[in-house]
Amino acid sequence: MQMKMNRRDFVKAAGAASALGLIGMPGLAFGAGGKVVIVGGGTGGAAAANTLKRLDANIDVTVIEPNKEYYTCYMSNEVLGGERELESIRVGYDGLKGRGIKVVHDSATAIDPDKKTVKTAGGQEYAYDRCIVAPGIEILYDQIEGYSEAASQTMPHAWKAGEQTRILRAQLEAMDDGGTVIIAPPDNPFRCPPGPYERASQIAHYLKQHKPKSKVVILDAKSGFSKQGLFTQGWERLYGYGTDQALIEWERGPESAVVRVDPDKMAVETSFGDRYEGAVVNVIPPQRAGKIAQAAGLADDSGWCPVDMKTFESKLQPGIHVIGDACIATKMPKSGYSANSQGKVAAAAILAMLAGQEPSVPSYLNTCYSIVGEDYGISVSAVYKLAADGSQIVGVEGAGGLTPMDAPDWALAREVDYAHSWYNNMVKDTFG
Amino acid sequence: MRKIHQAPALLAAILFLGPAAGQAEELQSGADARALALTCAGCHGTDGASAGPAAPSIGGMHPDYFFDIMQWFAEEEVYSTVMGRIARGYTEEELEKMAAYFHELPFVPAEQEFDPQLAEEGERLHEKYCSKCHAEGGTVLEDEEYYVTAGQWIPYLKNAMADFRQDRRPIERKMEKKLNRMLDREGEASLDALFSFYASQQ
Repeated sequence: MQMKMNRRDFVKAAGAASALGLIGMPGLAFGAGGKVVIVGGGTGGAAAANTLKRLDANIDVTVIEPNKEYYTCYMSNEVLGGERELESIRVGYDGLKGRGIKVVHDSATAIDPDKKTVKTAGGQEYAYDRCIVAPGIEILYDQIEGYSEAASQTMPHAWKAGEQTRILRAQLEAMDDGGTVIIAPPDNPFRCPPGPYERASQIAHYLKQHKPKSKVVILDAKSGFSKQGLFTQGWERLYGYGTDQALIEWERGPESAVVRVDPDKMAVETSFGDRYEGAVVNVIPPQRAGKIAQAAGLADDSGWCPVDMKTFESKLQPGIHVIGDACIATKMPKSGYSANSQGKVAAAAILAMLAGQEPSVPSYLNTCYSIVGEDYGISVSAVYKLAADGSQIVGVEGAGGLTPMDAPDWALAREVDYAHSWYNNMVKDTFG
Repeated sequence: MRKIHQAPALLAAILFLGPAAGQAEELQSGADARALALTCAGCHGTDGASAGPAAPSIGGMHPDYFFDIMQWFAEEEVYSTVMGRIARGYTEEELEKMAAYFHELPFVPAEQEFDPQLAEEGERLHEKYCSKCHAEGGTVLEDEEYYVTAGQWIPYLKNAMADFRQDRRPIERKMEKKLNRMLDREGEASLDALFSFYASQQ
């Protein structure tokens, strides 16, 4: 018999312990209900909200998110490279609302784990049975002398997409040919480890076409970086890396870490004491878990949030789960795909906990493409499982890994196809 | 073009000596089908309905085909960007669970543009060269392992066809014969017509 059902029928059928219900989530009682308040409507928060509703239509889900529109950080480097418009990475919350999720545009200011309430800047109070905190990152402006939120208007970080992306793109367009673009990536851990290097690639891609006498100089706080071999090979093939004509130069950390900036003079200084001037300066400062995570006592001394690896429940505040960039997920990188995956694991765990059941064994995944240039993509992925003692999320050995070195042109082009397809599915699955 | 030279069962025996062999840490296995399948959505779409265009929709797929193709990805018998690397992270049991799970979900045809005239020509070509195996226009059939082509994304079909023709994906002997016959008689453009026909089934 051929099965033809729409999604709603499927959920009903699953609830009625059809074949799907049996092979699906045997431990999960559908319709247990309960109230979940999610602080932050980025990738992790939205994925968790959607998953909660998909798995249990009776659950009461509220997302508290200040912005009415969200700009995905993923693919924002393509905006900088001139390959797509900023509007193409903008998403709204109609998808979530259409699923019966309440979306409140307000800022969470405090969470009371005893009373189980979230307070907002707008003076509202939201009661929860379980809370999810998915605030992303807070930019640590004060870690670089001379840098500030005001300075980020002149020297944008563009590490939260949207207005910052627009500023940086406008500066690149306004720059004269022959200018130097400085990118200053931070030390680990930070959001999107391959991001600064994809960004250098995308900017070089733009310069190659429009401003070939210009170059990108990466002043790195680190002595190595994500997908380094693959990026370096791509830069050699596309951007003359390592030659006199190089469109990208990479200065190794820690001595090249930018420690001081002068936004008026568009100058930066490294820890070694070298001074550089740029026509465009992209400072990516160190980060920590988003503000509400700090205010709610969810972060430890590292600035990030320790969590139970199976449920993402905070180790510091019971009843509150922290997902995405803000949490310490051991081997999982701070990526969009990780946030989506963690949102789903946390959602399933929360439903089980609300039903008084033991959360089932989790499965996690990360897949991350970087677009180095025209028809030139690379990727990294990993399948993760929980360590037997629950202490870590560990990549399954023999699986995952990088695009092979020396890949042929057709394969590199294929990776770009898949990167764009990845984006469409990620956005639709998360926010749709 | 490369022929399929190993029976799937044999491949399975070669591949699954156990992916955890050599793993330093002991890991928790036993995730249920949905927990496993939820992780696929970032690339293959919610419930396996891909928003495309490169990644295929996988809802409704025959479970045996799902299982076999995942092994071939893992073994790199079939080229993939990340699928092979990911497939190697799952045990045989986990793949079986995912196969059964996606099989129960509906195949959702892609909403995509197509040329109706080309699609008409494509239907003729499909009936003549493809329909013996990809029956009923290439739709989901309960007892057929053949890959669903109807409603699949055109860019995906194009890539898959390129892989068949460039020795990056094993091709069954009868498909190779039919494909070569079609290309000889009808030319390269016949492929575009065929893809348009599949795209037209929404």
